[in-house]
Amino acid sequence: MIILQRRKDIPTYLTIAVPIISILITVLAGGIIFALLGYPPLDALYEFFIAPLSRPDQVGNLLVKACPLIIISTGLIFCFRANVWNIGAEGQLILGAMGAGWVALSFPEAESRFMIIAMAVMAMLAGALWGAIPGLLKVRFKTNEILVSLMLTYIAIFLVDWTVRSPWRDPLAFGFPLTKAYPDAGLIPVMSLPGIGRLGQLHWGVPVAFLVAICGWFYLTRSLGGYQIKLMGDAPRAGRFAGFHQGRVTMFVMMVSGALAGLAGMIEVSANIGMLQPQISFGYGFTAIIVAFLARLNPLAAIAAGLVVALAELGGDTAQISMRIPKVVTGIFNGILLFMLLAGETLTHYRIVWVGVTEKASINKTSIKKDEASHG
Amino acid sequence: MAEELLLAILLTSVPLILAATGELVAEKSGVLNLGVEGMMLMGAVAAFGVASLTGSPYLGILGGGLAGLLISLIFAVFVLGLATNQVATGLALTIFGTGLSGLIGAPLVGQSIDGLPSLIIPWISDIPMIGAFFRLDFLAYLSVILVGLTAYVLNYTQFGLVLRAVGINHDSAHALGYPVLRVRFMAVLFGGFMAGLGGGYLPLVLTPHWAEGMTSGRGWIALALVVFASWQPWRVTAGAILFGGITIMQLVGQARGWAVPSQFLSMLPYFATITVLVLISRGGRIQFGAPAHLGKNFLITR
Amino acid sequence: MSATHQKSSPKSKDTPLLAGVGMTKSFGDLVANQDINFSIYPGELHALLGENGAGKSTFIKMVYGLLQPDQGYLEWRGERVTVTNPQQARGMGIGMVFQHFSLFEALTVAENIALALPPDFPRQKLSQMIKTKSAEYGIPLNPDSIIADLSVGQQQRVEIVRCLLQNPALLIMDEPTSVLTPQETDQLFEVLKRLANQGCAVLFISHKLDEIKQLTTRATILRGGIKVAEVKTKDQSTRQLAELMIGAKVKDIGALSTPKNSKTLFSVSGLSRSAEGPFDIALRDISFSVNAGEILGIAGIAGNGQSELMAALTGEWRPASAAGANKITIGTADMMALTPAARRRAGLAFIPEERNGHAAVPSMTLSENALLTGYDQDDVIRRGIINHDKTLAMARHISKTFDVRQPSDDPLASSLSGGNLQKFVVGREIIKVPQVLIVSQPTWGVDIGAAQFIRTAMANLAKQGSAVIMISQDLEEIFQIAHHIAVLNNGQLSETLKADDVTPEHIGLLMGESSRSHRDSTPVTDNISGDISGQGSGKARVSS
Repeated sequence: MIILQRRKDIPTYLTIAVPIISILITVLAGGIIFALLGYPPLDALYEFFIAPLSRPDQVGNLLVKACPLIIISTGLIFCFRANVWNIGAEGQLILGAMGAGWVALSFPEAESRFMIIAMAVMAMLAGALWGAIPGLLKVRFKTNEILVSLMLTYIAIFLVDWTVRSPWRDPLAFGFPLTKAYPDAGLIPVMSLPGIGRLGQLHWGVPVAFLVAICGWFYLTRSLGGYQIKLMGDAPRAGRFAGFHQGRVTMFVMMVSGALAGLAGMIEVSANIGMLQPQISFGYGFTAIIVAFLARLNPLAAIAAGLVVALAELGGDTAQISMRIPKVVTGIFNGILLFMLLAGETLTHYRIVWVGVTEKASINKTSIKKDEASHG
Repeated sequence: MAEELLLAILLTSVPLILAATGELVAEKSGVLNLGVEGMMLMGAVAAFGVASLTGSPYLGILGGGLAGLLISLIFAVFVLGLATNQVATGLALTIFGTGLSGLIGAPLVGQSIDGLPSLIIPWISDIPMIGAFFRLDFLAYLSVILVGLTAYVLNYTQFGLVLRAVGINHDSAHALGYPVLRVRFMAVLFGGFMAGLGGGYLPLVLTPHWAEGMTSGRGWIALALVVFASWQPWRVTAGAILFGGITIMQLVGQARGWAVPSQFLSMLPYFATITVLVLISRGGRIQFGAPAHLGKNFLITR
Repeated sequence: MSATHQKSSPKSKDTPLLAGVGMTKSFGDLVANQDINFSIYPGELHALLGENGAGKSTFIKMVYGLLQPDQGYLEWRGERVTVTNPQQARGMGIGMVFQHFSLFEALTVAENIALALPPDFPRQKLSQMIKTKSAEYGIPLNPDSIIADLSVGQQQRVEIVRCLLQNPALLIMDEPTSVLTPQETDQLFEVLKRLANQGCAVLFISHKLDEIKQLTTRATILRGGIKVAEVKTKDQSTRQLAELMIGAKVKDIGALSTPKNSKTLFSVSGLSRSAEGPFDIALRDISFSVNAGEILGIAGIAGNGQSELMAALTGEWRPASAAGANKITIGTADMMALTPAARRRAGLAFIPEERNGHAAVPSMTLSENALLTGYDQDDVIRRGIINHDKTLAMARHISKTFDVRQPSDDPLASSLSGGNLQKFVVGREIIKVPQVLIVSQPTWGVDIGAAQFIRTAMANLAKQGSAVIMISQDLEEIFQIAHHIAVLNNGQLSETLKADDVTPEHIGLLMGESSRSHRDSTPVTDNISGDISGQGSGKARVSS
């Protein structure tokens, strides 16, 4: 019989070990699932986790995949720390891409370098507005933000679909649902590293992602604003007692995460696609949730976590081509990883104690209410 | 024509009725399972696979329910056994279920099956309009029975009372000696089974083939329906039919070539969900029936 | 009752109804009960006495089957038994009234009672039986009422009737009077004495010495998990009992002198607030004022508007429009429209009742908790960035001055004991020497040592010329340090009385006047606000 015993203090090694062990178990469990479904497990795991890194240029591609994940998860960390469950980053990403696209398509002749900045600003505005809707409804009407932000994602998908098929469609695209290509000033160039040159598709969005994560970390851990966010997440009553405004914090984190998701959407399009099309994102908004958890809600750690999760994403592409494993399979890894991280969270705070079988009845009845507030 | 429309609305609402009723029971016991979408997808792929392998859509029903139950078992172990955060675990379940159903269903793409036949009840089904209610299939009839049974058990039996009590205050229930975790375990599994049935209904009746992510958000709408229904089984049914109506209206609109772009019509169910959530939340009426300990973990610990 | 007690055979005269032999229970390193021997006889009124944390709850949980002893065993009517769960305990004839009621707010009285009855109990007659039984003992109940609509005293009746319906041979009452007015307490004692006369044993858990002397004949006293004495209560003075319980001589704080001719520092007038949620109490025209150097005690049973009043005083609740009669003034400045932070800047300080998640955040360190009400102080925040050295210094200063015992330099608040965390929270406010300190239930759930320390600190603050407003349920505490007393009852505040002029009985009468019954009759459930997850639903338990 197992019971859980509250730890008095949390050993440091556990905070590091939990994510690593979670990743190992996830890979193992994924292999077992492949085997059960008749795919050669070792080959599949190779395709997912090793093949993507077998060439140096792939390192660049890995960073490119991680870029939107790092940016979005930094924003989500703001929300999750405040106990605000924004699940609609995918929709905010799409709106951001549309906002940037509107700027790019409105000024097809532009050559100014401010073009790209204007697009980023517009993308962040559009994403922030889309994120503000569930925030506002939560603050005003106490409407559940999980469901609203998710429904808004479905709406955003139809919205972008409509724009690229009707008003913004390039008449010369032979009926394909595509807009005109962005002007060069609206594109994010590929980076050229000193001494190495190009590394895969590595572009200037990647350093921006790193910068976003570092700024996010500084704000959350060092500023009074970051303190307010954690306070409202852990103990909203104490937050109001301190004199802070819960509604404002909710709006702020929703808009920050919306803006960052929007920025990620703009970077995705400007760096990788160069025009709007019906499908912009491959579920980055959802995958970033896993990244945020893997990073234990620390934006600095989100850089590493983003790379790990990006590896599986990249592997999903490889495996789809080489083994005809559908792309959605990456979700299996992501799901298991999240399960493991959550279990690890419990085991970080509680010690597993084995108790003799004779005491079974007693242990079943032994309980202390888990204090919801005590470990936010 | 109107009768055909009513029939279509009823059929569209069945997956929502099933999944929402299951989630309602889980929530009444205090467990918030956001994995409905993933459980429905597992139910859909299993129902399709079983029906395709055995040629029997009735076995498909069973397969769908069991698949939903099995995957909800994972959720139960994590949330009840390890006291993991319910919101995040539910998300993990949806992500996992979406991926696993895609992997299992990969070889099934492109196949088709014979769906559940309509069981037309003689005489009554000829009555204008009302007749539509008697031209349904086995699983649709079953869903009505299941809702009735759920309402009865929850409101009129000792087990239902205990289940509600556990959701209202798990500390009190524990102090009285009720096995909080066991009750919740059963409620979660029931929710999984029902979500599996609801997911199974999609390939067995609505579209006789499998596609990745074919639930397209129905699991989330089912979650919203539970709120909409203030945790009352019969209101879930009414809400599901309302949403079925909106979905069908959108299809009708597209078929008739209304001037509105089809994408905007397709947004309707999602837009309606938001509207309903706001209206319900706004008046504060929502409190009725919401279990006080919903989403809070009960942990065997010390 | 007759059915249960036919077993009062001659044997039971000298055989205890229930005996605990060498009962030992530990939780990890903590030994909660060590080698406890205990006995109670049919018809006996027996007290289990001890401080918070002395092991009383652990012991009765073992009796009721909620815990199992590591060593030792129970005897029931002379035979060794293992009680594995509460159902079995109830089946044997043990009834239990919990301190924190085991009731379900959204269910009816009848449903609540049904949940505690064996499955074969005849349900059809339940409503009638509840009416009959409750009337028989003079504590009438309506079986169809929703628990949330009942006062705390009425809720306790539900717990009692729940036990009585099973004709218990042993009734365990865990701190039953902490929520009752003196009058309700007397009524409860009548019921208990009557039960004892009919042969039912009553085990009465309390730390209130007067009541134990008044009600019980014998007392078992626990201290630190060990049984330190078993005494006849009539042979002991309350002071002797207290010393047995604490293990040391009891110190008096010393009489307070009322300052003379001091000026009014803080006043509230015409404060009204309508009930916003189904469980809220409306505040009606509350007015009072406090002079510099004085402590005003606001007495009252919990749930009579204390939390609403506190929220209005801190500024966590503010009226929707500035207009109206509501006025809170410090000196001459009106505070009503100000946020909690602005009120603090004006010289107020607050200590809410709930330590965990209101006055302090368990998941944060002490320095972060110091920041909670200290972020306005000298340069702690510069350009939005927190000066961690300053917050740490603040926390250390508080801990040192207020004798907060902590496991490490800057620990999580959750790692402190209740008493130490409360000392930190009280110290955090008093150290600022506010003009006005407003505090609610300052020593709730705190051991006697810490309680005395906290009361002394508040008294000293008043001596320095501050005004203190202390909302408390504990009449002993109020009479110990307050200069003036007012009573909050159903959202209304009595006139302010001089502490020297009134007796606890007088205050008790004010506390119990026309028990509150004007709640709406609308069905009430709970207040999960418009979302499926509920507010407390689930913050990711992740920390960076």
